[in-house]
Amino acid sequence: MSDPDRDIADAELHSFADDALSPERAAAVAAWLAAHPAETAAVAAWRAQNARLRAAYDAFATEPLSARLDPRRLAAARRRRTLGRAALLAAGLALFAIGFGTGRLLLPAQPTADAGRTLAVEAMSAHRVYVTEVRHPVEVPASEEAHLVAWLSRRLGQPLKVPDLTERGYRLIGGRLLPSNAQPAAHFMYEDAGKKRLTLYLRASSEPGEVAFRILEEAGFTAVYWLDRPFGYALIAEAPRDIALGLARAIHAQLEQ
Amino acid sequence: MNDPQRLLLAELPGLRQYARALTGSREDADDLVQDCLERALSRWQLYRAEQQLRPWLFTIMHNLFVSARRRAAKRASVERQDWPPASVSAPGDGLAVAALDRALALLPDEQRTVLLLVGLEGFSYAEAARILDTPIGTVISRLSRGRQQLRELLEAADSPGLRRVR
Repeated sequence: MSDPDRDIADAELHSFADDALSPERAAAVAAWLAAHPAETAAVAAWRAQNARLRAAYDAFATEPLSARLDPRRLAAARRRRTLGRAALLAAGLALFAIGFGTGRLLLPAQPTADAGRTLAVEAMSAHRVYVTEVRHPVEVPASEEAHLVAWLSRRLGQPLKVPDLTERGYRLIGGRLLPSNAQPAAHFMYEDAGKKRLTLYLRASSEPGEVAFRILEEAGFTAVYWLDRPFGYALIAEAPRDIALGLARAIHAQLEQ
Repeated sequence: MNDPQRLLLAELPGLRQYARALTGSREDADDLVQDCLERALSRWQLYRAEQQLRPWLFTIMHNLFVSARRRAAKRASVERQDWPPASVSAPGDGLAVAALDRALALLPDEQRTVLLLVGLEGFSYAEAARILDTPIGTVISRLSRGRQQLRELLEAADSPGLRRVR
């Protein structure tokens, strides 16, 4: 125990156990160990640990790869996102034209509408609660976007995307998980240079039918909501309906990509 | 030549194995690996071909792990199950894995990371020091404490009867 070589030997003993010593030093350590049974036992235990770790976790290296970990898919998704930003303006304009050309995309909110309206009401109250938060507006900040998306996708049971609204002057600040009638909902918050915030609320929806933007206005807030399997979306902004609709269209176009 | 998808695919086994041992759960490991790959792809232009890819990726993964742990600690009271403190091995993982998961989960993160980088992944102490951005002396002392603790934990787990007698 009070061996004067002990401190020097400790680092070297580990190197010895990990086969990281030069042949000369390894021979010297081996000779020293012959007279130190306790250290010999320790070295053997460390080597056994290495072997045991490898035996236990090797299998995970070669398990079938889940699709979300395939670098080819991830790289392709990334390329689409990059292209998507460039194509966003064009797509937004095209949708705008289609929307007004056919009048199909913009419908007035119907009193009987239902699943979408519930969604909008939930989103509106979530917006009011969190948008005034200064210190904790979000649970996971935008700096962890990849984690945020992975986490919320897992909770909502579907891969989801976070729209990029930088071209519209809004940057993502982050998101959180919210309960919606015992179902999980995802809540993303954006902010512009003037600290004006908007939120996007989404949860699983299996409602069939064509995508239609609907509007709900309440106390200066505009909710634009639409159902687009597998999710229902509600965008809440403190803005007039034409601005809110433009943003909703941009989001929809981007999610379509 | 410098095709990121192909290069990343080749490094995937080590990353998955390390992430699984580090987090103690398959799902958290997959999250960590996915985040790591996404970050690597987004920073690919920072990766230089003369660098070794493997330590570069492990550095990214380590930094993601550290910030995820920090985040989890901050909201521990809200989202307890996100980074489980104890092991959550699936039943199919086998007894050997479950025993190691339990023992590793009891080690401080800083000891577990060194232990796994060296013992499981075979990095040299100098490489581990660069990945962890820590002096090599610290790496060795963490390794030493980690191995000592793991030895005691595994011995206790392997012979529960002896422990009871004492």
